[in-house]
Amino acid sequence: MTIDWQHFTPWASLAGGLLIGIAASMLLLLNGRIAGISGVLGGLIAFRQDQPRLWRVLFLAGLLIAPLAWAMTGTLPEATISADYIELIVAGLLVGVGTRYGTGCTSGHGVCGLSALSLRSLVATLCFMSSGIVAVYVVRHVVQASGV
Amino acid sequence: MQLLTAFASGLVFGVGLILAGMTNPAKVQGFLDIFGAWDPSLGLVMGGAIVVGAFAFSRAKRLRRSLLDAPLYIPEPRRLDKRLLFGSLAFGVGWGLGGFCPGPALVWLGTGDAKAAVFVLAMIGGMAIFELLQPRAK
Repeated sequence: MTIDWQHFTPWASLAGGLLIGIAASMLLLLNGRIAGISGVLGGLIAFRQDQPRLWRVLFLAGLLIAPLAWAMTGTLPEATISADYIELIVAGLLVGVGTRYGTGCTSGHGVCGLSALSLRSLVATLCFMSSGIVAVYVVRHVVQASGV
Repeated sequence: MQLLTAFASGLVFGVGLILAGMTNPAKVQGFLDIFGAWDPSLGLVMGGAIVVGAFAFSRAKRLRRSLLDAPLYIPEPRRLDKRLLFGSLAFGVGWGLGGFCPGPALVWLGTGDAKAAVFVLAMIGGMAIFELLQPRAK
């Protein structure tokens, strides 16, 4: 293992993490809801009609508007998306199906669940971290290295 | 009021994701690339978020209603099952392949990026597939 010091951003990432924690705490303590993005979005497209939806729309609107708010004060950071469109469609389908069956994603299990000391969330987080590590290993060191 | 706080929470969440570097798929993949040049930054994102979140959850567990008098929807502890394991494993494969998880993908969609839009559409498609496979409640 070698550490990529060039791209390591400890302070920005820690500060961003604190903001994410504050946002999740707000939604929990004020609205009584878990800030799990896949759950908020999934509840919006669920067929059950008894789910309240408007708060979900507004939470997601806040996410979507964040880049605009950021751009008013500074320049947005770069995003490098190395996956092509086919890979992004496969990835999106897996993320959509997987987070609904697994009842959560990086925010629901990785942040909220671990904050609540949930065993299920710990297991889920270990699962998606491990399979994510394997997927990146295959993409970066098997497929790209062999030039397929 | 609750609609306003939901919006504010989403906005702060999104700004946090941008600041943290989560909206850059190459950085996310750098975190998962422990066998290559490893960028540990995202460990600090989770650590920072959990330190704050742990206070909120310990407080919430002693509340009957939220501070705005809404019911608290905190998931009851449930058993580990295959759906949790295989769902999370599948999610991880998609996360590593694309470098996006749901939150950052939605935030980056807000910049008008075409690749983020394709990913989000596919993700919503995946969630719809899940709904279609669910047994309907009568």
